[in-house]
Amino acid sequence: MFLFLIASGLSLIFGILRVLNFAHGSLYMVGAYLTYFFASHFIDTPGQFWWATILASLSVAIVGGFLERFFLSRLYIREELNQLLFTYALVLIISDFAKIIWGTGQLSVSRPAILKGAVPLMGQYFPEYNIFILILGPAIALLFWLILHRTRWGRLIRAAALDREMLGSLGVNVSWLFTIVFSIGAWLAGLGGALVSPIAAIVPGMDVEIIINAFIVVVIGGLGSFWGTLLGALILGQVTTFGILVLPRLSMVFIYVLMAVVLILRPWGLLGKPMQR
Amino acid sequence: MSKENRFLVILTLLLALLPLSESRFYVFLGTDILIMGLFAVSLNLLLGYTGLVSFGQAAYFGVGAYTCALLMKKASLIFPISFLAAAVFGAIAALIIGFFCVQLTKIYFAMLTLAFSQIVWAIAFKWNSLTGGDTGLIGVNFPAYLDSPTRFYYFTLGVVVLSLYLLRRVVNSPFGRILTTIRENPERTVFIGINVKFFQLISFMISGFFAGIAGALFGIFNHSIFPDFIFWPQSAEVLIMSLLGGIYNFFGPLVGAAVLLYLRMQVTSFTQYWPLILGTILALILFFFPGGIVGFLKSQRIFAKWNR
Amino acid sequence: MEPMILHIEKAKKSFEGFVAVSGVSFSVKKGEICSLIGPNGAGKTTLFNLITGHIPVDEGKLAFKGIDITHMPPHRICRLGMGRSFQRTNIFPRLTVFQNIQAAVLVHRGESLNFFKPVDSLFREETGAILQRVGLKEYGDAVSGSLSYGFQKQLELGIALASDPELLLLDEPTAGMSAQETHQTIDLIGRITREKGLTLLFTEHDMEVVFSISERILVLHQGRLIAGGSPEEIRNNPDVRKVYLGEAR
Repeated sequence: MFLFLIASGLSLIFGILRVLNFAHGSLYMVGAYLTYFFASHFIDTPGQFWWATILASLSVAIVGGFLERFFLSRLYIREELNQLLFTYALVLIISDFAKIIWGTGQLSVSRPAILKGAVPLMGQYFPEYNIFILILGPAIALLFWLILHRTRWGRLIRAAALDREMLGSLGVNVSWLFTIVFSIGAWLAGLGGALVSPIAAIVPGMDVEIIINAFIVVVIGGLGSFWGTLLGALILGQVTTFGILVLPRLSMVFIYVLMAVVLILRPWGLLGKPMQR
Repeated sequence: MSKENRFLVILTLLLALLPLSESRFYVFLGTDILIMGLFAVSLNLLLGYTGLVSFGQAAYFGVGAYTCALLMKKASLIFPISFLAAAVFGAIAALIIGFFCVQLTKIYFAMLTLAFSQIVWAIAFKWNSLTGGDTGLIGVNFPAYLDSPTRFYYFTLGVVVLSLYLLRRVVNSPFGRILTTIRENPERTVFIGINVKFFQLISFMISGFFAGIAGALFGIFNHSIFPDFIFWPQSAEVLIMSLLGGIYNFFGPLVGAAVLLYLRMQVTSFTQYWPLILGTILALILFFFPGGIVGFLKSQRIFAKWNR
Repeated sequence: MEPMILHIEKAKKSFEGFVAVSGVSFSVKKGEICSLIGPNGAGKTTLFNLITGHIPVDEGKLAFKGIDITHMPPHRICRLGMGRSFQRTNIFPRLTVFQNIQAAVLVHRGESLNFFKPVDSLFREETGAILQRVGLKEYGDAVSGSLSYGFQKQLELGIALASDPELLLLDEPTAGMSAQETHQTIDLIGRITREKGLTLLFTEHDMEVVFSISERILVLHQGRLIAGGSPEEIRNNPDVRKVYLGEAR
């Protein structure tokens, strides 16, 4: 589900801004580190984890917005490759900054008090926290889908994806729209990082690990499609599990083969809109 | 002799004198720069000349490295054959992968090249019996008559200079000119009578051939081969080398490789934060020096007369 | 019966339900100067794209010089002897004017798969001749992307001519030009067409141009061919007037 949160942010940014944000995994990682940072400042405060999560994800959103506004936007007039490479430069820079500030050891955050337990289901114990995440994922997807398709803001955003010049000449401040969209995408990544902090180790390298998987999810599901991203995340999960069970040696190859197959046969993904190859 | 050929000859002579400095360090650095320079120039055939952004060139580099070493170690083939096979296999891999990739454009093309290169990486990573998997292929020795760093340096110099010469001929040929029209305007190129995808595929193969040569050289130079050679940051690094030097110039990527490798060597001797420096350099290039080092130099007055 | 260099039969093309071209049939005689007119959105560029093979027909047949080109890829159609200019200027911006034309000449002379000859010295005379013909001789070394719009359009004509076509398709050759530039361009096109015995099929919005040089005019409206004939016939055709001027008063 964390993969879904990051992938949907990635998909949103690509769908609207046409930028494939390599640094999305880095934003996720920053979200996790910041959650640790805020949590350690709120020790023994009720709701410590939630406060940390909110602050961390908002901070990432702000950082994202800042990067888009002052750096990325200057590259829009150039070819797409430049934007892609800049986001890769960010990966390198952010990853080292994290190392400088927080070192290379593993960090962790404790689970929120109300979700510390486990629920018995079908003979096994499932951690409450994990169930919470499982529900949260699709809930956020639904929320965003509603916003995009049922509100005026949503319509503006979708219009910007189709024809930014036209929208600009209609008086809409497209550049601020882009900054906001990028911030929202960053927020999703930060949220993902914040929410994963109690159950995964916060280490350098988590950015690279997740971004490739996020790419795969977004390619399979369709760049720019929320439901597609959810579908893609589910498929990736299944294929990985299936692969490990059936051919453990080749499970790693499977997911890349899947990505390649989708790109060859249906580049716009399973639920994306068919467009020019 | 043309200006560029003169440059190549002078450069070769200077480089040939390098080992006389009696410094193991310089010979080592020199070999590294030559190999990566060739790799970067081969990538640039796709990037700067044909306009195709490939994120997976490390795949052919890796294929070349593994092929040469494996043929020597496991099949006991002599070096010349193994070496040539490395290049051929690099081209074949590029043919197979390129065939699918050229059907797509822009971002989808880039992602498919990435996907394929990750497949190759995953295979190298997992096929323990063949490639040694995660632990890699170690104990790759210099071939018999090239058994010293200096001798291997001269061999590398010869191979790289010859390769650059050949690549230069291709780039300056009618075929090379058509590649640039494809880069500038693929739609228009179709309607002067060119099967664009076919030409892109050939460009891909030539690039893979020379990447394979670079890989074979590197595998021996490094005395070991790891799946890391194929992991995507390696593709990104050679891309950055090309950009740093300048993609619209033949020797640009070579310059970029030299500068980057030298910088890395200096920086890593006093800090572990090389990625931070690399990322900053990349960002600076993108914002202020889109033509790379060579592009920048060419635009300066002092070199203006050199241009005309 | 004079040879038909281009023959279109019941060509049909839709895009996701929108019918762009519907049941269009016509032929063009060798050596004819024929224009295709119609209001915006009538389907002129789509029809061009069908003829040159850039998009496939849903139904219908296309033949060029008697050869069936219905499913032929565009680069092969070009090699058969068709040349084309595009509505939005389509050149090779970072190459020089000379290199732009030379590239087309290289392909036409079968040298495109030559990997070893230095390209700069090839076909200099032929390329120079074409530059001369389109009036760009002095601009040979200029970077084509830095030229003015008018010159870029001339260059585009040059590229189309460099393949030595028998049929030339020009998509709005005088779009965006001043009256003087338009005159010059039309003179140029007329001269070249007559000199080389080319067949010309072009689309235009400038009616003066259309009526001044066309031998035959085809009128397209909402994807359908509603009229075809000499300039006189078209001028007096009530359907055409209705389409352009609204209901006749």
